[in-house]
Amino acid sequence: MTSANDLTSLTIAEIRDGLAAKAFSATELIKAYLGAMEAARALNAYIVETPEKALEMAAASDARIANGEQRPLEGVPIGVKDLFATEGVHTQAASHVLDGFKPPYESTVTANLWNDGAVMLGKLNMDEFAMGSSNETSYYGPVVNPWRKEGSNLPLVPGGSSGGSAAAVAARLCAGATATDTGGSIRQPAAFTGTVGIKPTYGRCSRWGIAAFASSLDQAGPIARTVRDAAILMKSMASVDPKDTTSVDLPVGDYEGAVGQSVKGLRIGIPREYRIDGMPAEIEALWQQGIAWLKDAGAEIVDITLPHTKYALPAYYIVAPAEASSNLARYDGVRYGLRVPGGDIAEMYENTRAAGFGHEVKRRILIGTYVLSAGYYDAYYVRAQKIRTLIKRDFDLAFAAGVDAVLTPATPSAAFGLEEMAVASPVEMYLNDVFTVTVNMAGLPGIAVPAGLDSSKLPLGLQLIGRPFEEETLFRLAQVVEDAAGRFAPARWW
Amino acid sequence: MTVDIATVKRVAHLARIAVTEEEAASFQGEINAILGFAEQLNEVDVSAVEPLTSVVAQTMKMRDDVVTDGDYAAKVVQNAPASDDEFFMVPKVIE
Repeated sequence: MTSANDLTSLTIAEIRDGLAAKAFSATELIKAYLGAMEAARALNAYIVETPEKALEMAAASDARIANGEQRPLEGVPIGVKDLFATEGVHTQAASHVLDGFKPPYESTVTANLWNDGAVMLGKLNMDEFAMGSSNETSYYGPVVNPWRKEGSNLPLVPGGSSGGSAAAVAARLCAGATATDTGGSIRQPAAFTGTVGIKPTYGRCSRWGIAAFASSLDQAGPIARTVRDAAILMKSMASVDPKDTTSVDLPVGDYEGAVGQSVKGLRIGIPREYRIDGMPAEIEALWQQGIAWLKDAGAEIVDITLPHTKYALPAYYIVAPAEASSNLARYDGVRYGLRVPGGDIAEMYENTRAAGFGHEVKRRILIGTYVLSAGYYDAYYVRAQKIRTLIKRDFDLAFAAGVDAVLTPATPSAAFGLEEMAVASPVEMYLNDVFTVTVNMAGLPGIAVPAGLDSSKLPLGLQLIGRPFEEETLFRLAQVVEDAAGRFAPARWW
Repeated sequence: MTVDIATVKRVAHLARIAVTEEEAASFQGEINAILGFAEQLNEVDVSAVEPLTSVVAQTMKMRDDVVTDGDYAAKVVQNAPASDDEFFMVPKVIE
C-alpha cells in the first residue's frame, strides 16, 4: 500500500491510473486526504469538511471500479468553493447573511463532477460573495497561503476570491477544486499559490446553482496542480445547461487531448499596454522568460495593442458592483438565512442586511446602488458598458489580425502579507486584478499557469488569454510553460 | 463627482442596509475614492459606441411555455427563518 503522504501528492491523472490498476482504493485515497485536511486546519482552507459523505462516495467509487464501471473522475477528491450549492451541505458564499443555509438542490457544475465519479471532501473558504482579492473578507476568517517567503514565518494571503480553493490544492488538501472568477478570482489565487487555474469562456460552464455576484462576468472553472489536471476537471465541469440561458450551445471540447499538442506556428500577442508603471522587474523578467519558452516551442511572437486596457479596471468597478447590488437584493431575511428583527418589515430588512453582510460587500452594494440610481445611471453604468464594448473590440481586432492567444503576467506581484493591505485604499487592493479583469469584461477564456519563483521563493504565474471557446489552445500553450518552468509545491510547515 | 454623507445614508436606505454614523463616514471616503478612480472613464469618447449587452453573440434561448419544475412548497420554505403552513412569515405589512 502507498503511504498517505504519497497518495495526496498524486495528480488527478495519476489517481485515475492508480485506481484503474488497483494500486490503491478510493477509500484509502479519501482517508489520506481527510487526514491531511485535519492536520492543516491552521490554513483555514475548508469551512466545512464532509468526511461521512466523502467516505460514502469513495465506497461507491470502489464498488464501480470493482465492477469495471470506472467513470472519468472516479474517486477523485474534490474541494468545492462555498459559492456552489451542494444539496444538504453548508452553502453560504462565506457570508453570515446565509446563516444555516443548506440548499435542497445541487449546482450544475458540482452535479457534473459527482456524475463523473468525483468525491466531495468539503466546502472551501472564499471572500464573502466572491468579493475580494486576498480571501480576507470571509465571515469565516482569512485563509493562510501554504507558501511562505524563504526564511520567514509571516502569514501570506492566498489571493482571492477563490483563496480556499487555491490554498487547498497547493497544500494537497484536495486533488482539484471548483472555483469561480468574476474579475480574476480563479487566476490570481492560482498565481499566488503555484497552481493552475482556468476561467473558461463566459457561457462554457453553467452558472445554475452558483450564488450570483455579477451575472455578466461570473464564470466557474477548476484549480488544479497541473495543466493536464485542469483540463480533466474542465471537461467534466463544462456543459450545455438548459437551466442557464447564458450557457452556450457548443459541444464541450477535448481539453485533455489538447495537452501536449504542438504550439508550432501559433501566433502569440504581447500587449504593450500590460507593461504598467511600477511593474516589478521580476514580473517583467518572468514575462520575457515566458515569451522565450513559447518562441522556443515554435510559436510566433507578435506585438499587439489593446488600447483600452487601462479603462478595464475602473469600468469593472462600476459594472460589477451594479450587478451585485441587484443580485444581493434577495438576501432580506425572508426566504433563507439570517433574520434580525426590526420595528417593521423595512427595518427588519435593514437590520438583517447590516448584520449579515461584511464591510466589503456593503461597500460594493452601496456603490452599485448609487451608480444605478436616477441621474447617475447614464454617467456611470451606461458609460462603463460602452467602454466594455471597446475593451472587447480591442481583443476582437487582435484575434481578427491572426493572433491565437495573448500572453501576460497573471498578477503584478507575488502573494502579500495578511492584513498588509488593511490600511490601503480599496483601489490599491483592486489593482491586483489589473491583468485579469479585461478577460472577464470581454468574456474570454484565460488560464494562469505557474512560471517561476520570485527572489523570496514565492510562486509567480503567467496568464494566457484565448479566443472565445478555444480553451484547447490555452491548454496546449500552458503545457509548454509547465514543461519549461516545472511544477512548484510549498514546503510543509503546518 | 463626489458623494456627501447625506447621499451615503440615502443610498444605504435604498439598499436597505442600516449604517451607523461611523460606517457612513467610512463608506463616504471609500466610495469617493472609487468614483475618483472611475473619473478616467470620462477621457474616452463613447459617443458612437453601443453599450455591451452580451459578451457572447448568441440569441436569447427560448423554451416551450410549459411547467418543468415545482410542486415542492415544503422544500421552498425549508430554509426560511420563519414559515407557517408553507408560507413565508414576515412582520405585519398592512395596518
